[in-house]
Amino acid sequence: MATTQVSLVREHTEALAPPRALWVPFMLGRPFGVPHDAAFQRDVLLAALRLLERDGGPVIEDYPHDAPHDDLGAEPEGLACPVSFPGRPSQGTLAEQLVAEVAQLAVWHDLAARHRGRTTLGVTGLEIDALAGYLASWLTEPPPAPFRTGLSNGAALKLACDELKAYYYEAKSVQPGRHGSAAIQGWFWHDTAAGQAFVALREKAACSADPSLKPLAVQSLVPRAVEMNLKTVPPAST
Amino acid sequence: MVRLADLPGWERENLLKRVPTLPRFDGRPWVRGPALPRRRVAIVTTAGLHVRGDRPFGSGAAGMDYRIIPGDAVAGDLVMSHVSVNFDRSGFQADWNVAFPLDRLKELARDGIVGSVAAFHYSFMGAVSPVTNYEPKARELAGLLKQDRVDAVLLSPV
Repeated sequence: MATTQVSLVREHTEALAPPRALWVPFMLGRPFGVPHDAAFQRDVLLAALRLLERDGGPVIEDYPHDAPHDDLGAEPEGLACPVSFPGRPSQGTLAEQLVAEVAQLAVWHDLAARHRGRTTLGVTGLEIDALAGYLASWLTEPPPAPFRTGLSNGAALKLACDELKAYYYEAKSVQPGRHGSAAIQGWFWHDTAAGQAFVALREKAACSADPSLKPLAVQSLVPRAVEMNLKTVPPAST
Repeated sequence: MVRLADLPGWERENLLKRVPTLPRFDGRPWVRGPALPRRRVAIVTTAGLHVRGDRPFGSGAAGMDYRIIPGDAVAGDLVMSHVSVNFDRSGFQADWNVAFPLDRLKELARDGIVGSVAAFHYSFMGAVSPVTNYEPKARELAGLLKQDRVDAVLLSPV
């Protein structure tokens, strides 16, 4: 089977030496460059497919263009959110703040879904208020039962955390102002109750005897880039 | 952005330390085929994508198998359950073509630049080490792609 591929980490592709690869200088997670730029995406795709016409290999070709500036988060034209966005809830426990924050963001997530015509939520099958409640209960009580048969505690918590984060990211992306991926990441981890809750859950996972929670403690809950910053911040209390 | 020189030292080291763990292959098969306008193309992604309602990816066996993405899937159908938190998801959330360029591929087929688009595309979650663990499923997939008369596969990372 003839293959061609996009490569994000050139050094890995050099080591593997596949038949045909197009290395692109884009951030991890964006192999075709940038959202909502069909011409650019098409150019990247075609550059990768053109490698199928080469006579011999292996070949690694460098894509010559950086990704265009990303306007992700620009306010959708013609759409206006009905409320102003309050800051992070400050009253109550972290669990209560998390639930309140999720409710506050609902109008923005509704707007994002209307604007984009889609949402990437739906992995867990939980409605957003149930998802928030599930995660909040992790902060204050013994682990709740997984929301789906056959899932371990760790797998359920991981899916729930990733889905809640997607909710926040989608909601934030349509708030006024420009919110590129780094800005949204910074906001999530430093300015939201959810970010603080995730750090607390990581601590809880680290102390748990449940082996299914161990991956959450070491690598699959808090990104490495955030982890480096958190090393200077004391663990949050719940 | 993924020029190693542009990354923080700890991230650069993290990516480079994987290089010695990657397998080396003895053979270098080079498969030729017809010109692009006569190729039938499928996408195989490692982005952990799947249709909403499919089994999510996860660690262990749940992370090794592939998921099927029908050729008539639309953007609203796809979700992501990759276990890694160390790549950007905001791009995919805004526009699926950033990670899974099915709309762009269909446009190329409509314009006659590629021959046709496969009936099915496939998704793995590229977080299993060593990557050679994927080989049985990759061979299985190759057989399915041939059944679909696919003669060119676009492999896409995340």
